[in-house]
Amino acid sequence: MSGAKAFLAELRQELEDRVLDSFEFRDQFTAVLQPDAIADACEFLRQRDFDLLIALTAADHWPEEPRFEMVYQLYSTHLDVLIGLSVFLDGDEPKIPSIETIYPNANWHEREVFDMFGIDFPGSSDLRRIIMPHDWEGHPLRRDYPLGYEEVQFSFNYDEIDKRKKYAKD
Amino acid sequence: MLEAQMELTVDELKGLVSQRAIDGETMILNMGPQHPSTHGVLRLILELDGETIVNCVPDIGFLHTGIEKNMEAKTYEKALVMTDRMDYLNPLGNNLCYCLAVETLVELDVPPRAQVVRVLLTELTRIASHLVWLGTHALDLAAMSVFLYTWREREILMDIFEMCSGQRMMTSYFRPGGLWRDLPNGFEEAVQQFIDLFPDRIEEYENLLTENPLYIDRTRGIGVISTTEALEIGLTGPNLRATGMPFDLRKTRPYSGYEQFDFEVPTASNGDTYDRYVVRMEEMRQSLRIVQQALVRLPEGPFRSDNRKFVPPPRSELGHSMEAVIHHFKLWTEGFSAPKGAVYVPVESPRGVLGCYLVGDGGPMPMRVHFRTPSFANLQALPMLAKGHLVADLVAIISSLDPILGDVDR
Repeated sequence: MSGAKAFLAELRQELEDRVLDSFEFRDQFTAVLQPDAIADACEFLRQRDFDLLIALTAADHWPEEPRFEMVYQLYSTHLDVLIGLSVFLDGDEPKIPSIETIYPNANWHEREVFDMFGIDFPGSSDLRRIIMPHDWEGHPLRRDYPLGYEEVQFSFNYDEIDKRKKYAKD
Repeated sequence: MLEAQMELTVDELKGLVSQRAIDGETMILNMGPQHPSTHGVLRLILELDGETIVNCVPDIGFLHTGIEKNMEAKTYEKALVMTDRMDYLNPLGNNLCYCLAVETLVELDVPPRAQVVRVLLTELTRIASHLVWLGTHALDLAAMSVFLYTWREREILMDIFEMCSGQRMMTSYFRPGGLWRDLPNGFEEAVQQFIDLFPDRIEEYENLLTENPLYIDRTRGIGVISTTEALEIGLTGPNLRATGMPFDLRKTRPYSGYEQFDFEVPTASNGDTYDRYVVRMEEMRQSLRIVQQALVRLPEGPFRSDNRKFVPPPRSELGHSMEAVIHHFKLWTEGFSAPKGAVYVPVESPRGVLGCYLVGDGGPMPMRVHFRTPSFANLQALPMLAKGHLVADLVAIISSLDPILGDVDR
């Protein structure tokens, strides 16, 4: 586990104040980065044998700001070291550079985050919805997106409900 | 309106297929989602030049059930039942991954007996999962009899799972802090019977396929991938090990006491469909070795933690202990709270790296649960593997990746 700590120190040296914070929680090491530093950080760790992007996802801290947290877990199969990178993004038009050129498998994971959270990834080669239908409105994993409890539309009340329904229209 | 949505528009295809397809030189073929050899509801848009695949675009999401969203609205203990339903061939492995994440987050210890039982049952699940894979994989290549034999052995395992959890597939048997209940009488004998029987049965499958010229023709050199490419595209599990890399989280980052067991990580060298078959066959033997060792060393003792803040007290205590009643009531109404913070726990599922990213916000419900599912990550490699092969071979390639669509879409 100490390996991860050393890598974080190196990362801090390389990126200087673009690493906002680094901490340990339950034996897992995480660096908090500025949004523009993610590609450099990934490139830096990629060259230090972190060959597997094991997870890329996001969390929504609504109603707190900054609202979105992007989470990257990089793993080195040779050294057995796991490092977490986390980036906080504003709720207003959140976007973060794609890391697809560094880790090609980021493509689908970024598409999933785009689909579920509405975070934009400039530089991605193919940013489309992946799980929800292509004409879906809204981003289901945002905390302000309702979990069910929608009124069922029958022919007698279809128009009335349709008027106040925000999404799922054609 | 509905018909317009169902139709594939040219705009939707732009950027996904080559210009040749839009000019009408190559053919676009829709495969799935209702196709018997896509192992569920996987839809593929194929661009074909004759019978050769020029381009393959997977379209997923048909089995999306909002499991991650649903888990945010349940307490930590209740959210567990959702994990069975993700990868329905590996329910106990999913339970284990989620329980380990919760236990890491709240710093809960698990007694040794529960740890060994967890390893034992997870390995049996791995065998059951590989059996389903083997049967359906052979079935896709028109070897129907294998399917019937593997189902026969899987049935024995299903009976064992039913014996301990009451359910064949949706087990929810592992709980944060240990197990739901202790192992039933007759469990050890049932597992011992399976251990005695199974090596011969693996021989039987191997006799049907390993040296079968028809099978070799259909699989050798089909869907080749190198180790570097596999890591780049996020391929893990037996698919990665078939390329020659002995990467297995049970060895590199042992969890739940895997370091105490003696087993090998089988690898192969070519990274083709045949090698993925070879690796999985050997993995079943190794899993059986682990099961055997676990059964021998199965320790006596409590089957779940006695930390009453997280694990409900046994029913017998409720009659005479007021404190037990309070804990029972609190745990089954409000649930336990986890601190603010996030953990990421990866484990080795039959398909590859299964990771659980769990965020607590101080309350009794998780703020975010994300599963890095191996099927999702592995399926991303499909276009790469399929390019240049025949449509008939695509069926072999899909099944050799072993995607479970419930696991892909969650």
